[in-house]
Amino acid sequence: MTEMVRAPRRTFPNPMAGMDDRRRQIVILAIVVALALLYPLVYRRLSDAIPFVPWPDTAVLVVCATFAILALGLNIVMGFAGLLDLGYVAFYAIGAYTTAFLASNHFGVHISWWIVLWLAVAAAAIFGVMLGAPTLKLRGDYLAIVTLGFGEIVRLVFRNLGDITIALPAILGGAVLVGPNANLTGGNVGINPIDPPIIPIPGPWGNQLIFSNQNVIASWYLVLGLLTITFFICRRLRDSKLGRAWMAIREDETAAAAMGINTVTTKLLAFSLGASFSGFAGAFTGAYNTAIFAETFSYNVSILVVVIIILGGIGSLRGVVIGAFALLYVDRTLLPWIGDNIINDPMHDLGVSTGQQILTDFKLTTYNYLIFGIVLVIMMIRRPEGLFPDAGAKAEMHGVGIAAEVTGASEAELTVLGELEEVELDDAPDPDPNAPAEPPSTTTGPEAAR
Amino acid sequence: MEELVKALTIGVTNGLIIGLIAIGYTLVYGILELINFAHADVFMLGTAFTYFATELIVRGLGIPASSTLALFLTLLALPVIMLMTAGINASIERLAYRPLRNAPRLAPLISAIGMSFVLQNVGLLLLGPSQKAVEPVLPRTDLVFFPSGAAWFGIDEIIVLSVTIPLLLALRWFVGSTRQGKAMRATAQDREASGLMGIDVNRTISLTFLIAGGMAGAAGLVVALYYGQTFFQYGLQFGLLSFTAAVLGGIGNLTGATLGGLFVGIVAAMSDRFIEAKWTSVIVFSLLILVLIFRPTGLLAEQQSERA
Amino acid sequence: MSAMPATAAETAGDLLVATGCTKRFGGLIAVSDVDFTIPRGSIVSLIGPNGAGKTTFFNMITGLYVPTEGRITFDGVDITGDKPHEVVRVGIARTFQNIRLFGNMSAESNVLVGLHHRLKGRWFGAILKPPSIIREEEEAHARAMELLDLVGLGRRKDTLARNLPYGDQRRLEIARALATEPKLLLLDEPTAGMNPEETRRLTDFVRELRTRLGLTVLLIEHDMKVVMGISDRVTVLDHGEKIAEGSPGEVRADPRVVEAYLGRGATSEG
Repeated sequence: MTEMVRAPRRTFPNPMAGMDDRRRQIVILAIVVALALLYPLVYRRLSDAIPFVPWPDTAVLVVCATFAILALGLNIVMGFAGLLDLGYVAFYAIGAYTTAFLASNHFGVHISWWIVLWLAVAAAAIFGVMLGAPTLKLRGDYLAIVTLGFGEIVRLVFRNLGDITIALPAILGGAVLVGPNANLTGGNVGINPIDPPIIPIPGPWGNQLIFSNQNVIASWYLVLGLLTITFFICRRLRDSKLGRAWMAIREDETAAAAMGINTVTTKLLAFSLGASFSGFAGAFTGAYNTAIFAETFSYNVSILVVVIIILGGIGSLRGVVIGAFALLYVDRTLLPWIGDNIINDPMHDLGVSTGQQILTDFKLTTYNYLIFGIVLVIMMIRRPEGLFPDAGAKAEMHGVGIAAEVTGASEAELTVLGELEEVELDDAPDPDPNAPAEPPSTTTGPEAAR
Repeated sequence: MEELVKALTIGVTNGLIIGLIAIGYTLVYGILELINFAHADVFMLGTAFTYFATELIVRGLGIPASSTLALFLTLLALPVIMLMTAGINASIERLAYRPLRNAPRLAPLISAIGMSFVLQNVGLLLLGPSQKAVEPVLPRTDLVFFPSGAAWFGIDEIIVLSVTIPLLLALRWFVGSTRQGKAMRATAQDREASGLMGIDVNRTISLTFLIAGGMAGAAGLVVALYYGQTFFQYGLQFGLLSFTAAVLGGIGNLTGATLGGLFVGIVAAMSDRFIEAKWTSVIVFSLLILVLIFRPTGLLAEQQSERA
Repeated sequence: MSAMPATAAETAGDLLVATGCTKRFGGLIAVSDVDFTIPRGSIVSLIGPNGAGKTTFFNMITGLYVPTEGRITFDGVDITGDKPHEVVRVGIARTFQNIRLFGNMSAESNVLVGLHHRLKGRWFGAILKPPSIIREEEEAHARAMELLDLVGLGRRKDTLARNLPYGDQRRLEIARALATEPKLLLLDEPTAGMNPEETRRLTDFVRELRTRLGLTVLLIEHDMKVVMGISDRVTVLDHGEKIAEGSPGEVRADPRVVEAYLGRGATSEG
C-alpha cells in the first residue's frame, strides 16, 4: 500500500490549469475592470447615442456594488460556513447608524468618515459575536428564525428609540431616567444629514472631493475600491485554514469537531466576519446617502441578499458579485424601464376601462418581490448551486438520487474512468494476480453517514 | 383591574385565532420538519377572500351589512374559503416543497420563503397596497359589562369563540381518533417506517397541508370580520405571533400550539395595553428568540434533548 | 466486572485509563460500569455483538457523549466530558463506522482539515498573509502529501472525497486522522465492506502504524481474523458490560464470549 509504481500522472481537465483558460480569464478580467472604470464617464453619451436601451446609471451601479459587498459578507456565513442568516440587514443597519451617530449633527459628533468606517465595522462585528454566541448552536432552521427575529428587532428598536421615555413607576417616585421623548435614533424620520467622506484635495470638482450622492461618479470609484478590498479578503479567507474549517463544518459538523475544529468559535468567526462586511457596506451607504431611516433596513433587504446569493451561486465569490449586479440592475433599472415603457400604461388603461383601481395604479416595480420569490423557488428546485457556481459546489447541492452523476460529474466520471486504469496499474506488482480488482464506484460500502 | 381583565379577554380571543394559525405551522413541521414560511400568507389570503365575500354579499347582492342574513351568508362562505386556502396550501406543497423532499434541509426552507413572497404579492395584486375595510357584517353589540359600566365583551367575541373553539376541537378529534389522523401522527414520527407500513406518505402529507391551510383560512375569515379589515402584509404580522405560539407550545405539539397561542395573545394584548403597541413586536420576537435559545422544545415539553 | 486492580507499575505504561464508565440515555443503559485501559504502544481491540455499546464507548472517549458516570484519563490528563475538539488536541484521533469524510472537498483538503489544530494561523493571518502564514500553509500542504502517499492516495489528492472508491475513502479517513498527530488512534470498524485482500493490507498497515509511528491503536472490529491476528489484547462488551478481557486466545476460548455471540445453547457442548 505504501509503494506505488510511478505511472504517468493523469491530469483530468481542470478549468484552472491550461494556458487558454488562464488567458481567457485575464481577458475577461481586463474587460470588466475597464468597464468598471470607464462606464460612469461614458454613460451619458451612451444613453444619448442609443436611447431605447435600459442603460443603468451610475447611481444604480453604486447600489449594485453596495449589495455586492453585502452579498460577499453573507456568502461567508451562508456559502462558506453553511449557516442560514435571514436577518443580515441588522448589521447593515448597525454599520449605518454607527456612522450616523459618529459623523453627523445628531449627537454633534463629527469624526472623519475614514475612521468611522472602521468603528462601524467593529460595531457590526461585535453585534455579530453577541448574536452568534448564544444562537449558533441551534439547528439550521431555528437559527434562521432567530436571525430573522434579530433583524426585525434591530430595525424596530432603531425606529422606536426616536421617541422614548423611560420613567420609574409612580410607586418608586416616577423619576424620568430617559427622556421624556428622547430622540436617540431619529425614529421614523431618521438621521439627516450625515457627513460624507471627504478628501480635502482641490480639483475639477471644487475645493474638496466629497463622496456623496451629489458626486456619484467619485462615490462609484470609492465603493468599487471597497468592493475590491472585500473581494480579496473573502478570497484569502476561503483559501485559508479558516476557509477549510468552515467548509468542513458545512460538510459534516461532527466530523469537523472530531478533527480538532472548535466549531463554536469557528462559526462565530464566520458570523462576525460576515457581519463586519455588512457594517462596511452600511457605513458607506449612510454617508453616501447622507441620510438614513429605520424602515430601509427591513426584512426584505435581508431576503434580497439571500436571493442574490442563491441566484449567483452559494459559496461562489464571483457568482454573488455577478448576482448582485444583475439583480439590483433588474430592480432599479430594468423593471422600472419595462414598467414605464411597456406595461404600466396598458395596465392603466385596462384599469380605467374595467374600473379596477388596482390596475389603474399598476406599477411593475411594486411587484419586484414577486419576481424575487419566484426566482428563489425556481433556483432551489432547478439550480440550487446557482448560475455561476464554483467547481465543487455543483456536485454538492444536488442530493442523493438527483442527477449528481450527471450535473457535477464530468470530473467524477473522468475520475472513475481514471480509477480503472489506476487500480490495474496499482495491482500489477502485487504478488497475487488473482486478487479481484475493486470495481470503481462511488457508492459501495455501508452508506456514508448523511 | 378592569383594564387588566379587558386586556386578558382580548388576549384570549386573539390567542385562539393565533392558535388556529399556529396549528398549521406545527402540523407541517411535525410531518416534514419544515417551517412553512408561506403559511401565514395563506392566512392573509383567507382574510382577502373574506373581504371579497363580504363585498359580494353587501355590494353585489345588496344585502345590508348589519342584517343577520349578511352574517349568515358570510359564515356560509367559511367552508368555501377554507377549501380555497386548503387547496392553495396543498398546491404550494406540490409545487415548491415536494421536489425538494430529498434535498438538503435548508433548501425547502428557502423555497418556502420564496413562496411567501409570491403569495404576499398575490395579496398585493388583489388588495392593493393599503388596508381594505371589510363590510361590518359582524355585529359588535356589547353584551357583558363591568361593574363600572364599561364594556367587557360582546357578540363579536362570542362569534369568534364559536368559530375557533369548535374548529380546534374538531381538529383535535380528527388527529387523535381517525385513521387519517393516525397516519399523520405516524408519518410525523417516522416517515420511512410509515411508508413501509403501507401508509401513503404523499397523500398524508397533502392531507396535512390541506388541514393546515383550511385552519389558516378559517382564522383569516375570523380576523377579517373581527378586525374589520384585510391587509396584504397580515401574513408578516400574524406569522410572527403564531410561529412564536407554535414554538412556545413545542413545535409538533397540537395542544401546545393552542396554549401557545393563548399565551402569545395575552402577552401581545398586555403589551399593547400597558406598554405601547410599537414595542409589541419587539417583545414577541424577543420571546421567540429566548425560547429558541433556552427551551427549543417549547415550554410545555417534558424532556430536553441530549447535548451531543 | 473489572480485571484485577492494576499495580502502579502497570498503570504507568497506560495511555488511556477509563474507570467505571457508564452512559445512560433516559432509561436505556448503553454502557455500564466499564473499566478499560490501553497500554502505551499496544494494539487493543474492542469486540462484542451489535448493540453491545462499543461505539458508544468510543464516543465517550472522543467527547461526542458525556459519560453519565465514570472517569477517563489520557496520558495523565483527565479528559472526562471534554468536547471533541479538545480531545483531539490531547492526542486522540478517530475514524467513523460510516465513513464521515468531507465529501465535497478534495482528498488533500480533507487531510489539511486534519492538520487544522496543529496550525497556528489565525483569521487575520489568513487575510494579511504574512510570510509566516505562507510558509505554514506550504508546510501543511507538504505534510498532507506525505500522509496521502503514506496511505497510497498521493495521485488522488485533487479528487473529491465523495468520488473516491470505498476502499480509498477508508484510507483517506485514516490519513485525515493521522494528520491530527495523535498518540492514540481509534478505528471504528476499519475493515467493514472490504474484501480479504484489502483487509490484509489494512491490517498490515495498522501494524506499521505502531512500529513506524509509535501509535497506540484501539480497534472496534467484527472481523475476527483481524482481531485475533493483530491485537495484543481483546476486550469484549455485551449489553454495555465488559464480559471478558485478555489475549486473543484467552478470549476466543471464553465460554461467556461464545455465548454472547452465538446464544445460550452454543456452549452446551462445552
